[in-house]
Amino acid sequence: MSPIYDAIVIGAGHNGLVTAAFLARAGNRVLVLERRENIGGAAGTEEIYPGFYFNTGAHNAGLFRTEIIKALDLDLDFIEGPAILTALKTDGPALTIWRDPTETAHELRDLSSADADAYIEFSEYVSRLVEVLDGMMLQTPPDLSNLKIRALFPWLKLALKVRRMGRRGMMELMRVLPMSITDLLDNWFESDLLKGALGTRGIIGTMQGPRASGTALMYFYGLLGSIGNGVQALRFMRGGMGRLPAALASVAKHHGAVIQTGAGVERILIDQGVARGVALASGEEIRATTIVSSAEPRHTLFELVGAHHLPVRIVRRLKNLRLRGSTARVNLALRAMPRFTGIADDSGRLSGHILVAPSLDYLEHAYDDAKYGKISAQPTLDILIPTILDPSLAPDGRHVMTINVQYAPYDLRDGDWDQQKEILGERVMQLLAKYAPGIRDLVLHKQVITPLDLERDFGMTEGSIFHGQMAMDQMLFMRPVAGMSGYQTPIENLFLCGAGTHPGGGVTGAPGYNAAREILRLQR
Amino acid sequence: MPLPTPFHRRTSALCQSQEWREWSGYLSAITYAPTHDIEYSAIRNAAGLIDISPLYKYEIHGADALALLNRIMTREIGRCKIGQVIYSPWCDDDGKIIDEGTIARLHNDSFRVTAADPNLRWFQDCGYGMHVEVRDVSAELAALALQGPNSRGILKTISPESDWDALKYYRLLKTEIGGIPVTVSRTGYTGDLGYELWIPAAHAEVVWDEIINAGRDYGLLPAGLAALDIVRLEAALRLIEVDYISAHRAINRAEEYSPYDLGLGWTVPRDKINFVGWRRLRREQQHGSSKRFVGLEVDWLALRKLFMRADLPPQVAGRTSRLGVPIYGNGIQIGQATSMTFSPTLKKYIAIGTVNRPHGLVGSEVEVEITVEYERKRAPARIVKTPFYSPKRKRA
Repeated sequence: MSPIYDAIVIGAGHNGLVTAAFLARAGNRVLVLERRENIGGAAGTEEIYPGFYFNTGAHNAGLFRTEIIKALDLDLDFIEGPAILTALKTDGPALTIWRDPTETAHELRDLSSADADAYIEFSEYVSRLVEVLDGMMLQTPPDLSNLKIRALFPWLKLALKVRRMGRRGMMELMRVLPMSITDLLDNWFESDLLKGALGTRGIIGTMQGPRASGTALMYFYGLLGSIGNGVQALRFMRGGMGRLPAALASVAKHHGAVIQTGAGVERILIDQGVARGVALASGEEIRATTIVSSAEPRHTLFELVGAHHLPVRIVRRLKNLRLRGSTARVNLALRAMPRFTGIADDSGRLSGHILVAPSLDYLEHAYDDAKYGKISAQPTLDILIPTILDPSLAPDGRHVMTINVQYAPYDLRDGDWDQQKEILGERVMQLLAKYAPGIRDLVLHKQVITPLDLERDFGMTEGSIFHGQMAMDQMLFMRPVAGMSGYQTPIENLFLCGAGTHPGGGVTGAPGYNAAREILRLQR
Repeated sequence: MPLPTPFHRRTSALCQSQEWREWSGYLSAITYAPTHDIEYSAIRNAAGLIDISPLYKYEIHGADALALLNRIMTREIGRCKIGQVIYSPWCDDDGKIIDEGTIARLHNDSFRVTAADPNLRWFQDCGYGMHVEVRDVSAELAALALQGPNSRGILKTISPESDWDALKYYRLLKTEIGGIPVTVSRTGYTGDLGYELWIPAAHAEVVWDEIINAGRDYGLLPAGLAALDIVRLEAALRLIEVDYISAHRAINRAEEYSPYDLGLGWTVPRDKINFVGWRRLRREQQHGSSKRFVGLEVDWLALRKLFMRADLPPQVAGRTSRLGVPIYGNGIQIGQATSMTFSPTLKKYIAIGTVNRPHGLVGSEVEVEITVEYERKRAPARIVKTPFYSPKRKRA
């Protein structure tokens, strides 16, 4: 039987859809298979409570690469608020990092005039580094174990950019990349509230505290393609994040791709080391000459393929892949806008991240619990109220609130997540009530999503929202693992295109884009 | 500090030479007698008893045991019936040898593997996701090699109820010795008639005593590693870390050996797929390998002449020399002799080694480096077929 499809893409998350769109556009007959009933994966929007639409995972659409938007001619409607983040305090005024540097400096001056001055410089400094690092996003990392000179050419531009930083600039780059976010921020600032707030950007989705080496790199990574005023900017999609995968799906379909939901892939069919198709949970087998998985790499290769088909060195590396989910989420449907301590008048302060992260020590203490398998007694909360800028997501006057909670370690020392779920939910509500008194009375519906739920519902193994921790040893040519970084796998005709591949997590579309480029290159 | 083997109380009482060596973390006698030659003679002409407990031993059980062994080993393990033993090397993903050993099929889904190096992690990682358990039984299982023409007679004496004549080469037999359950395989590292006994460590001494007592009438001697090193070289059996380097330890490409490089091409079936390293080996089989495993016979008269010029009698390695020396072909180095000894049985100076292809065809004339009074000389030698010595009784 000859295959009806040229390519099967496993998973209709944003990366899967980007790959599907590019492959279809290049003339491939593409089938996208999605286990869930909705497309979008962790970049979707779903009605969790009647009339209330929540983003299933990511909120920041600003990371999505403009190169892809242009190439696919996507019609996307972004919205931005004036604030990027606001750090809450129970005993004093909140601190906002505005998109506008002057306003931010003005705000900081009340806290510390030294920090106010430093922030302007910091913002420029960060921009310079980020501009250089951004060059890696849409490149295929070279395979160092089998280096071909040709694979290095695309990196020359980045190398040149680094060179142009000058001797001091290069030294600085080398110095800061392996740093901890605590050390980096201590180099610059004195105010705990400011450092705590910025520190959250270095630990997102990672099972590391702010004093861990490499968290500075996480901070910079978060800024690639989405830089605000020295910190990751926040940009919503009007109508919810789900509009992005919807737009991608429509481009893919326009080029002939077929997207099938409720079609979970159980197995990738292997014949003599070559991927020939997939078997669905229903038992149906579908053949294709190219199989691309946007699922987490370890799941793809151990569960869908089977470790016994792989080189042992790859088995070893995948076994040791650090996933380690650290994040839980609480979604609240609210009957009205809550009030927060330390914010007299809103004036746009709540339009960005609202953070409970009063100091770097607070974050480190939160991690202290987690590293021994406990939910943080005092977790850090990253709160978003998308309805402030986009009222369409909830009925009139109502709001949706999403709270990212860290740390919620996937591996609990005592009990399991099904038992701990409500405890976590209650702990978050208690903490939240300190910063938003009266919020309990506003809650119409509460949804708690644990790392285990992320694994079960979204296929995020161990609840790792990035499909593998973003750490120096799991990036670039070591993502997902060394020897498998070029979107190809040891199984002929099987490719990876998800967040587990370079450059990594976040709704960038870059892994999907890079994977499509590699697949098309090999087709030529 | 090396550990005592389960036989240590016995072996230490017998070890007159006090020459010990560390072998895989255990204390092993190099010789028991003041010199090794009487032990060598016992193995070739009567019987020798060698404590091989330091070998690594693994048991592999479970529904996927055969599948795992077929993934690990180059040879088709399905051919190995219950009660049979099969020899095979195993390779890394690049088709380079990690180690070699024997695989005994104890039951349908149960195997025992011997190895020279620790391989537990490798075996377990090969079996990741399979329904199989890999257990390191190295310490639980003591092992003896009873080797030599009289070995069968000794076994008949101590375990007369078992049919030793029916136990064929590379087969297993379960028996009792002194009331202790023992598995006996007709295998060995001597190239002679011989057996290896796999014994519960706690009862090891009982079995040792039975064999030693019965062996008195058969000229049995305990034999150390020095004698073993000579007999294995006569049989042209490779020794890891001496004649080749495990792919796990190799630092560069030159230190890696494929089965084809080591004369083990016959262990790689042409129709077997999906074992670790098979693609690379398939390619190598088609395109040829870079090295060739060779046996050498040094020209004795020419060697003697080199020494005579220095007014010396010929000096050769009394034991097996494990110092690699260059092999030259037409004046340029083409490889190295890695183990060299004077064979007391053959009365020949023999060596094994590897040379770069296309050199090393049987019959070709080469030179090996020898040292005469601190001066490096080259002695003529000929590439010969291996094994150097292979008596019929080995398989009969």
